[in-house]
Amino acid sequence: MKLFPIMGGIHPEYRKELTSEKAIVALPLPEALYLPLQQHMGAPAGTTVEPGDLVKKGQLLARASGAISAAVHAPTSGRIEAITEITAPHPSGLPTLTIILVPDGKDEWAELPDAIADPFAVTPQVIRDRVAQSGIVGMGGATFPSAVKLGLGTSHKLEILLLNGAECEPYLTCDDRIMREHADAVVDGARIMAHALGAPKVIIAVETNKPQAIEALGKAAAAFDNVSVAPVPVQYPMGAERHLTQAITGRETPARKLTADVGVVVHNVATARAVHDAVRQGRPLLSRVVTVSGGAVAEPKNVEVLLGTKVTELLKFCGGAQGAKRFVSGGPMMGQPLPSLDVPVVKGTSGILGLTLAETKEAEPSPCIRCGSCVTYCPCGLVPVEMASFIRHEKLEEAAKIGVQDCVSCGSCSYICPSHIPLVHYFNYAKGRIAALDRERRKMEQTKALVEAHNARLERQAQAKREAAAKAKAAKEAAEAAAQAQSSTQGGASA
Amino acid sequence: MSIVVDRSGPFTHGSNNVSRTMFTVLAALTPATLFNLYLFGWPAIFLFVVTMAACLASEFIAIRVGGGDPNRALGDGSVLITGWLLALSLPPWAPWWVAVVASVFAVFLAKHAFGGLGQNVFNPAMVGRVVVLVSFPVQMTAFVPAKPLFSAGAPGFAESLHITFGRGVSLDGISAASQLGYIKTELSRGVPVTQSMAHLPDLSDMMLGFHPGSMGETALPLILLGGLFLMARKIITWHVPVAMLGTLFVLGTVFNTLDPARHASGWFHLISGASFLGAFFIATDYVTSPVSKQGQLAFGIGIGLLTWIIRTYAGYPEGVAFAVLLMNALTPILDQHFRPRVFGRTRKGEPLPLKGDK
Ligand code: SF4
Ligand code: SF4
Repeated sequence: MKLFPIMGGIHPEYRKELTSEKAIVALPLPEALYLPLQQHMGAPAGTTVEPGDLVKKGQLLARASGAISAAVHAPTSGRIEAITEITAPHPSGLPTLTIILVPDGKDEWAELPDAIADPFAVTPQVIRDRVAQSGIVGMGGATFPSAVKLGLGTSHKLEILLLNGAECEPYLTCDDRIMREHADAVVDGARIMAHALGAPKVIIAVETNKPQAIEALGKAAAAFDNVSVAPVPVQYPMGAERHLTQAITGRETPARKLTADVGVVVHNVATARAVHDAVRQGRPLLSRVVTVSGGAVAEPKNVEVLLGTKVTELLKFCGGAQGAKRFVSGGPMMGQPLPSLDVPVVKGTSGILGLTLAETKEAEPSPCIRCGSCVTYCPCGLVPVEMASFIRHEKLEEAAKIGVQDCVSCGSCSYICPSHIPLVHYFNYAKGRIAALDRERRKMEQTKALVEAHNARLERQAQAKREAAAKAKAAKEAAEAAAQAQSSTQGGASA
Repeated sequence: MSIVVDRSGPFTHGSNNVSRTMFTVLAALTPATLFNLYLFGWPAIFLFVVTMAACLASEFIAIRVGGGDPNRALGDGSVLITGWLLALSLPPWAPWWVAVVASVFAVFLAKHAFGGLGQNVFNPAMVGRVVVLVSFPVQMTAFVPAKPLFSAGAPGFAESLHITFGRGVSLDGISAASQLGYIKTELSRGVPVTQSMAHLPDLSDMMLGFHPGSMGETALPLILLGGLFLMARKIITWHVPVAMLGTLFVLGTVFNTLDPARHASGWFHLISGASFLGAFFIATDYVTSPVSKQGQLAFGIGIGLLTWIIRTYAGYPEGVAFAVLLMNALTPILDQHFRPRVFGRTRKGEPLPLKGDK
């Protein structure tokens, strides 16, 4: 298959060998599961259970609320202990409403929705409903509700479902293992998703550092004419949606548009597997594969983890992590620092890394030497050095003008910077501030519009009053004049 | 257990850092420098040591005065590059005080007056060179033919001390002009370039460095080797050197073809003076050159053009230092005008049009 070059990008130390040959193992049932109501982008789900309820495996615990949201299910049978706020697995470390489930150890299934025997015979809507019902979100880490993304077929003419198996983040091998061990499920899930999207073609993109995955998928896809596997070069951030789309199709997604606007929708391979389970077996999303790795982790592993399992438990299962400088959820490039180990694994947790100082190579930032590396390696064609200097001086508007909002936070610039300047940190800060300012401005405009409308109404009322008064006055004057005229005529007549 | 979350990712980093970059540059300069020190003997060695020491001392004082931590700042190695390049751009038998004055200006005026590493607009080594060139034109244009260490006619240790540190050593009789200077003087006397060229060593000798000039102006193959090494290590890219040397070569060739009596050839421009050193080690200075590749191309072309103009029409025989400084002044503007195209946007910064809306 002909590929297209993408600009910039780096070749970090991958260290995937720590776990790439470790088959997926299941974690024993933990003592308690902590299920945040928000494990996805959008609105938090609304609970459907009460503390004290007994629930079965797969039972709905919280329903999607609003257009962009995702349901939460019971990963095993047990009792709802509490619904309370605990620390979220998010850098802010803010508490979030969480359902605490104490397993009864029986792992009894609830009654599941029926399997869809022939998914290609039903309408896309049926598939989307099932995906929504199953609480599936983008499992590469984006956690956007998948059903919503599968709805793009209704608004766009799509040609390709691009299945993202690039897994360009260092350390992570969960997708690699899923592709190797569950290739048939992945291909089937992808075909179902393509049907839901109305996309005639499926291309599964995998970086060439995963030859076994490519082979396994190739075998699984051989039976289907419209499914192909595309080995893509090892180049970070190949797995970024727009860049992968460009590498495969040569189409460059315009700024502020979606890849769907160029006929492509990108989904992650683990999502495809989850869709397969939901459609073929009626099983909602209850667990995910997590790569537990990093130099500090005693026994790095790929673990199938029930959602809601505490990270501490997971690390214990992997022999603990002594001497870690950083704990990261996700990959080391775009992952989030963990505020605490006492947080649960959620739908978007692709990895838990315990990294040593030798791996993070953290160092005090020194002055920028204007080496231009960040410019050379930015895959988005930005000038990080200049944006950072604007942001340092709080010139957010100028930073926006040269494209800080087009930055995908891939981290290539920070990674390459010889002065160890935390460039991405600046950009994330700026993007947050700009969004907040925008919101504020919009709110102010709204308020202004409301006030103006109010004033206009008052003005109209006053005007009406004035007019009425003027009319009354005119009427009165007219009456008086008439009376006078009358009296004078009368007078005249009398004279 | 709670963990401090003080910054966003990435939580890994390339093995590159500032001092490694700087020391790689020094390593790349080493072969050419050693060869030149050998060619020009003890006086050159003394001058080199004096320049480096003066730069280091100036840096130390400047940082102390500024309230910084000298150990950390010196560790980045940037001042060593300044000193090193400065030494290479001085005539090898220049007296010690020329080196000291140049160093003081390079470090205090060009670097720290602007705010230190990364903030300076002008290349410190070139500022140092130009300051002494305009202040002490006699000393700065007194070149000597190469007299390799231990060869017959080379000054001994004591005599060399006298040359570098003595008072008023006259180089009359042994001094010679550089080729660029020679051609220029001859031309002003009415001797056409075609004729004066005949008195110069042939081009291959010039390439090897057996000719009068500043230390870094000779031994081109070794400079080129160092430059290629830097490219291989991804410290520099081809953009600035190729743009600069290419421009110089093309201009030289075109005008030489048009009027050989007035203009030296493209090859001659390439291999004489500081063209190579300038292209690979001076114009590529990170701080004072544009950050984008497009900007670097424009920057290189500008230096090539200005170098040729100065060599051809101005009063000074060599123009690389001036050309670099002039283009340094333009760098902020080049940075604003030459940005890469943003992904998904046109060159103007508008979102790309969709197929449908064309
Ligand atoms: S990579 Fe770092 S040192 Fe180099 S220009 Fe960018 S910010 Fe400056
Ligand atoms: S984080 Fe942003 S600015 Fe830095 S390389 Fe990635 S896209 Fe470019």
